[in-house]
Amino acid sequence: MRRTVVAGLFFLALIGAWQAMTMSGRWSAVLLPSPIDVGLYLREAIADGSLVEATAVTMRRLLLGYAIGLAIGLPLGLLCSTSTFAEDTIGVLSLGLQTLPSVCWIPLALLWFGQTEGAMLFIVVMGTVWSAIIATDTGARTISPSFARAARTMGSEGIHKWTRVILPASLPFLIGGMKQGWAFAWRSLMAAEIFVSILTGFGLGHLLHYGRELNAMDQVIGIMFVIVTIGLLADKLLFAPWERFMHRRWGTGVPPA
Amino acid sequence: MPFAETGALAIRDVSKRFRTRTNTVHALDSVSLTVRPGEFICLVGPSGCGKSTLLDIVAGLTKPDTGTVTADGEPIAGPGRHRLVMFQDSALFPWLTVLGNVLFGLKLVPGLDRAQRHDIAMEYLRLVGLADFARSNIHELSGGMRQRTAFARALAPDPKVLLMDEPLSALDALTREQLYADIQRICAERRKTVMLVTHNVREAVCLGDRVVLMSPRPGRIREEFTIDLPRPRDVNAPEVAEYASRIMAALRTFMEPAL
Repeated sequence: MRRTVVAGLFFLALIGAWQAMTMSGRWSAVLLPSPIDVGLYLREAIADGSLVEATAVTMRRLLLGYAIGLAIGLPLGLLCSTSTFAEDTIGVLSLGLQTLPSVCWIPLALLWFGQTEGAMLFIVVMGTVWSAIIATDTGARTISPSFARAARTMGSEGIHKWTRVILPASLPFLIGGMKQGWAFAWRSLMAAEIFVSILTGFGLGHLLHYGRELNAMDQVIGIMFVIVTIGLLADKLLFAPWERFMHRRWGTGVPPA
Repeated sequence: MPFAETGALAIRDVSKRFRTRTNTVHALDSVSLTVRPGEFICLVGPSGCGKSTLLDIVAGLTKPDTGTVTADGEPIAGPGRHRLVMFQDSALFPWLTVLGNVLFGLKLVPGLDRAQRHDIAMEYLRLVGLADFARSNIHELSGGMRQRTAFARALAPDPKVLLMDEPLSALDALTREQLYADIQRICAERRKTVMLVTHNVREAVCLGDRVVLMSPRPGRIREEFTIDLPRPRDVNAPEVAEYASRIMAALRTFMEPAL
């Protein structure tokens, strides 16, 4: 409760400072709209449905692409952790492509898929999949060999071993990798939406892009605000439960005394 | 017949070498040992005598280069839930609760439903005195409680043979003595065949029906001692100390002299 109050006061102070800066009159309202203007834009955009629709379009792309990326990345990561051949091929490829910002895929994605949902999904998948492979691979390689030995003596083999021992044992690494994959996917999708107009749906990136075109900085800042909020919510809803579970079970995450 | 006479082990001429980058370690050289059903065997010897390797081979985790091992006449082809292992570091799964750990092996036993599994797991947790900690996380347990949980986890699927790889060596003396009493009581009640690896001679005398002394380079069985003392035994009893000093004397004959 106390922490919520502290956080609330901090953000109120930030908004207050921003408001004071706009009221000082040193910057034109075109360059620096006031928090009130941004709030008015957000209310209007929610009322006319454009913001809700754009958020839905973006979230659909993101969640679908992220899910595909994980569905490909988890098994490939496990494969890399068991097979030297996979490690030397897929593993090295993942390491290489992970360093490539997935925005760099936009030109190719447009050529291959055209201005379609496919191109958007492709870019999100490229942002997710390499992180997922590397995290799963590292996690599965780092678990204590005695877990695997104990599981073997109790008759855990094959799928059971992978799903009940290897994956849960690598949870501390997996969570980190999943968060990184999510962050990469989120960033690349925003870049793609800002750069590329897709006729099948206007996402948040498009709204931000048109805000710039129309010199509507209240819109730009409003959309930025929405993007940040979604990022925070995703962390709280998607990852925080797993992190809480991990800290409770492993006894980690205790703040230093 | 209250107890099935199963859990016999026959180890015949087992040899095992490990090749490392720099040299070859002759871990076991033509080792033979017969274990009767329900017998408590302790393997003792200095580091490198191959006692843990022998345990791994009986568990099915390591294959011997030559020789055969059979359990109740059946050759050991791999790990199986009739031979469960207690490890030195407990090897409990941190992502599961105490109860979850004990249930892990039970879920792999065919023919048990959910309620039966739960009852069996709780029964064994009561047996090791941890029923109140069923919902605890592993990191919340002391070292002794972890090994008790590991004991319950190894006992719950009702294996014929229990293999213990120095399960008590990381514990403090008081906890260890408490566990000596528990292990004796439970193993006598459930009549398991037990093979325990230790480098603590008194522990071996306190727990074992027979103590098998091994020597290193190459790993061989040197001598066997039948411990003819009534149970339960106290590790501090003078009779235990007497046996232990005889075994220590035999051990010194092949230990490298101290500098």
